Amino acid sequence: MNDVLLTCKNIEVSFDGFKAVDGVDLELRRGEVHFLIGPNGAGKTTLVDAITGLAKYTGSVTKDGEELRGKKIPHIARKGIGRTFQTATVFENLTVAQNLDIAAGAGRSPWSLLRRRKHLPQQVLETMERIGLADHAGTDAGILAHGQKQWLEIGMLLVGDADVLLLDEPIAGMGHEERETTGKLLHDIAADRAVAVVEHDMDFMRANASRVTVLHAGAVLAAGSVDEVSTDAKVQEVYLGTSNAAPSETAPSKGAPSKDMETADARVA
Amino acid sequence: MDMLVGQLLTGLSTGSILLLAALGLSLTYGQMGVINMAHGEFIMAGCYTAYVTQQVIGDAGVSLLIALPIGFLVGGLMGFILEALLIRRLYHRPLDTLLVTFGVGLILQQVARDSFGAQAVNVSVPEFLRGGVDILGTTLPKTRLFIMALAIVAVTAVTLVLRFTPAGRRIRAVVGNRDLAETAGISTRKVDAATFFIGSGLAGIAGVALTLIGSTSPTTGQSYLVDAFLVVVAGGMGRIKGAVIAAVALGTLQAVFETNSTASLAKVGVFIVIVVFLQLRPQGLFTLRTRSLA
Amino acid sequence: MSAVSKFFQSKFGIWSGFAGAAVALFGIMPLLLSGFRLGLFAQFLCYAIVAVGIGLAWGRGGMLTLGQGVYFGMGAYLMAMHLKMADAEFRNGPGAVPDFMELAGIRSLPAYWAPFASPVFTIAAILILPTAFAVLLGLAVFKRRVKGAYFAILSQALAGAFAILLIGQQSLGGFNGISRFQYFFGYTINDPVNQQMLYFIVAAVLLAVVALSLQLRRSRYGELLVAVRDSEERVRFLGYDSANIKVVAYAVAALLASIAGALFVPVVGIISPASIGIVPSIMFILGVAIGGRASLLGPVIGALAVAWAQTTLSEQFPSAWTYAQGLLFIVVIALLPGGIASIPALAKRFRFKNNAEAVEATA
Repeated sequence: MNDVLLTCKNIEVSFDGFKAVDGVDLELRRGEVHFLIGPNGAGKTTLVDAITGLAKYTGSVTKDGEELRGKKIPHIARKGIGRTFQTATVFENLTVAQNLDIAAGAGRSPWSLLRRRKHLPQQVLETMERIGLADHAGTDAGILAHGQKQWLEIGMLLVGDADVLLLDEPIAGMGHEERETTGKLLHDIAADRAVAVVEHDMDFMRANASRVTVLHAGAVLAAGSVDEVSTDAKVQEVYLGTSNAAPSETAPSKGAPSKDMETADARVA
Repeated sequence: MDMLVGQLLTGLSTGSILLLAALGLSLTYGQMGVINMAHGEFIMAGCYTAYVTQQVIGDAGVSLLIALPIGFLVGGLMGFILEALLIRRLYHRPLDTLLVTFGVGLILQQVARDSFGAQAVNVSVPEFLRGGVDILGTTLPKTRLFIMALAIVAVTAVTLVLRFTPAGRRIRAVVGNRDLAETAGISTRKVDAATFFIGSGLAGIAGVALTLIGSTSPTTGQSYLVDAFLVVVAGGMGRIKGAVIAAVALGTLQAVFETNSTASLAKVGVFIVIVVFLQLRPQGLFTLRTRSLA
Repeated sequence: MSAVSKFFQSKFGIWSGFAGAAVALFGIMPLLLSGFRLGLFAQFLCYAIVAVGIGLAWGRGGMLTLGQGVYFGMGAYLMAMHLKMADAEFRNGPGAVPDFMELAGIRSLPAYWAPFASPVFTIAAILILPTAFAVLLGLAVFKRRVKGAYFAILSQALAGAFAILLIGQQSLGGFNGISRFQYFFGYTINDPVNQQMLYFIVAAVLLAVVALSLQLRRSRYGELLVAVRDSEERVRFLGYDSANIKVVAYAVAALLASIAGALFVPVVGIISPASIGIVPSIMFILGVAIGGRASLLGPVIGALAVAWAQTTLSEQFPSAWTYAQGLLFIVVIALLPGGIASIPALAKRFRFKNNAEAVEATA
């Protein structure tokens, strides 16, 4: 069930001598929503950049036994590793359907590219349903609401058959209702994929994380379940601050997330 | 050996001409990511400034020394106005800015044609810059030595201003991180205007100096512009150091190509070298903000 | 979407659009225009063919290519070489030296000219050489992700270098270029009937080129190209090699420019470095910008309009025309980046906004 889809070993990224990521190990498993949290500058996005081929690193990233270090961005993407960006990046002058059709077609032959699309592929139709944009197939992505763009970007990874999804702040700027929908969506898609979420929002993390890795100054500070991480002394000191507010902030919410996670797990099953 | 020294000196001399033309461009491009195609016409304005000054004053030496600061002001004011009227409004549209400023350049050329005629005019070289100097067996015209000296002075001055004056520090802050500079209370608008003034002023100075080695016509600036752009491309964006190295390298390259083949092949040779160079070092030629792709 | 634009996107609409254009080009224009003016119009159509390519590369692909004169010039010079060879052969037998070379004191035919005696070789060269060059340059530039203004400047520098290179080649006519052609594949060029035939060929090529552009725009590739223009990195992170996508559009634009250049030579009767350097290259852009860089027909109409204005105004009011060109660059690009083609949509939005305000006011 919980098979490992992506393995990162001892990842180091440095910019002009500054180590943005300093020896991080990470495993992403099928069926889990894995949160990467940490203060600003902890190296979360840089880690995602490294895995997806944007930032140079030392160490190793493997998927299905293939070493991905040094591979080009499109190659890594075609290996099934998809990512989103902090500012949702979709093709604003194309419709929702066109956006998804492009995302579904990375393996298309030149010949099929040069012809017109006769009908939308089945998985594009299914994904539009799944991300709640079925009614917007012909809408230009540029005029979608903020949250809808983020869902569309996630949908683009789904139709591209990515089974490792790296989502950079997927709920930034979303309202309460949209967050809940996104949380459900994450668990829904994690059923047969590995999902990693870079996030600042603690409530969202507590409500949705199957596993949490806390980064600080480029290194892993703690890793484990929400409960394990929340009670970790180092995490409280570094991430939540040393003030007395820290325990009181985590304490009352402790019950809630586990309950949420039960329901979440029930959904997955 | 002599030939090598000769080529090197010619290269340095050509390089310093390129550098004078490109220095201001490098500054304005680094500052705002704006390609100013009218920069060549600012150079041309500097040339005509030198011409008019000499018509008024008469004495070639005095008029040259007076024309340099006036040229700076003329170029600077033109840049200031262009920035305020157009470029500021086209921020985030670099390619459109390129085309709009090309239109401005067309108009400025025609203004020059209507005011001074399409025929080239000449500025007489002052007595103290006539003749040449023997350096290691090669004779170099004094005018070229003057331009080399002027290029060195200009680069030094720009570097000093950027490094040690409050205005320079603000410019460097905005180049480094525009948003952060803004939150730190720096008025990026004022900094943009100041940068454009200085960068375009340098074009004016370059124009004045270039009258020493060639005649002036409405299209004079245009002929320097492409080479100046190549210096900026090869040097990396907004790097004064890069511009200096690239200008000298391209100048030398051109000199070597020209002595070994023809001037027309030299241009092609330089172009090929730049494309090959980009294969090795595209870094610094593009920046990618990873957090957002917008 | 308005009923009109819906009609022109339907299959029937497209066919009737092409039929209408064909009637206008093949039926009406030859009746309206005298021999000389028809030749002039054929010249404008050549510019329009270049513009279709620029519309694809710049409007849809975001690659501001300021060096289309290079490809236009390649096609033109390749064709000119063949015509000159054929003329010389007709006069003095096989292997004869073209007249301009005799004047320049070149006694024997340069080796690289010889193959251009063959019309098949020449046409193949016109189609293949510029395209292959564009593919190589495109791969070198786009694979290293040189883009935006850097690409624009490189392409412009290429145009400058190419023009200077040609000026230095006496065996290609140097500064004066190549002119005074007598035969076009065996037909006398100055014959009015053949002139009209040439016009028909150019018009047919333009129609074919617009059809090609339409197919590319409506294909999945066309959508992908727009995606690369708007967010190249997003495309790469979806698993595409964006450089290849750009190279295709750039190479097609080069091919179209080359074909246009090859047709330009018999139509106009001269090709020289002055019509392919930096300034003519950037002038190709003006028409595309005015008509609407991203639209299908905008570049064609813009190119025709600019060429017409150039011929009519530049001789009578040279100064005013240059000011107008400069102002057009400024006004169109700064205020109307979508060109004329975007006016209907803008007008509709404006009306819509006014209506909405009116509704609000009454409410």
